[in-house]
Amino acid sequence: MSHEAEEAVAAVGVTTKTFLNVWIALLAITGLEVFLTYEQLPVLIMLTALLGLSVIKAMLIIGYFMHLKFERFSLFLSLFPILIMCIILMLLLFLPDSMRLVHMRLAR
Amino acid sequence: MSSQANAAVTSLWEGGRSPYAVNSKKFGMWLFVVSDALTFSALLMAYTYLRVSTPNWPTPFHFSPSIVFSSIMTFVLLSSSLTMVMGVHTMNHGNRKATVGWILATMAGGLAFVVLHLREWLNLINNEHITIFGNPMDVPLFGGTFFTLTGLHMTHVICGVIYLGIIAAGVGRGKFKAEDVEVSGLYWHFVDLVWMFIFPLVYLMSARI
Repeated sequence: MSHEAEEAVAAVGVTTKTFLNVWIALLAITGLEVFLTYEQLPVLIMLTALLGLSVIKAMLIIGYFMHLKFERFSLFLSLFPILIMCIILMLLLFLPDSMRLVHMRLAR
Repeated sequence: MSSQANAAVTSLWEGGRSPYAVNSKKFGMWLFVVSDALTFSALLMAYTYLRVSTPNWPTPFHFSPSIVFSSIMTFVLLSSSLTMVMGVHTMNHGNRKATVGWILATMAGGLAFVVLHLREWLNLINNEHITIFGNPMDVPLFGGTFFTLTGLHMTHVICGVIYLGIIAAGVGRGKFKAEDVEVSGLYWHFVDLVWMFIFPLVYLMSARI
């Protein structure tokens, strides 16, 4: 292996077994999501559970498959806090309004 | 001690060094990924808003074929992410032949995803009579948001397959380096990542129980 290749492998710091474990975890969470779908939960509880599981899957993909876990923390700080804040703002602004709307429509 | 730490931090940001320790191609792809993530977030938010606020929201996704098909599509996309990450791994070890093989396997996964998705679309159009402009349930926004969101994602998958084809050809000819494969991998994993939200929020939330 060349010196450059050795450096690259050392920087990534993960093995094939780690990737396989992450893949199995992602498949297991997907199976759990499908199982929850048929448990007939109320819409909001279902939405919260599915979103929570999706966020866990996203963290696994970003952290291990996209290698962000092994990058400098400054890269994470420059990219993600603002993205997360924008998504939270969208959630806080729009989701309560959709719930208000559904109650108005059901009351009619 | 703190002045030494301050000096180290200052020197990192005063030019001549990469503060993120990544090359410009990779950083550019990260910026694209973040901006594209906002686009998909807005579309998913629009779909979820309508889903929650509409009491008679259509639930056309039967367990078979829709949920079974979309679950297989999720499996295919997750597996293609695994083959992509293996491609990056073998390229880091300098094994170009194996890298081309892994990238071709990733492309096959992407193509299988597109074929399955088109079949699922045809099932909705032909059997459930749902189009982008209307449906028998009289909630036209369902088709509008569903086809826009999944169509944009499918476009990303098709672009990804073409992008990976170019990278595989370049790697085979000895033209591209490990960083190019890693950057294309970032894009592919992002496409996978978006589906991890579309599958539960669009398909599972509108499944017919």
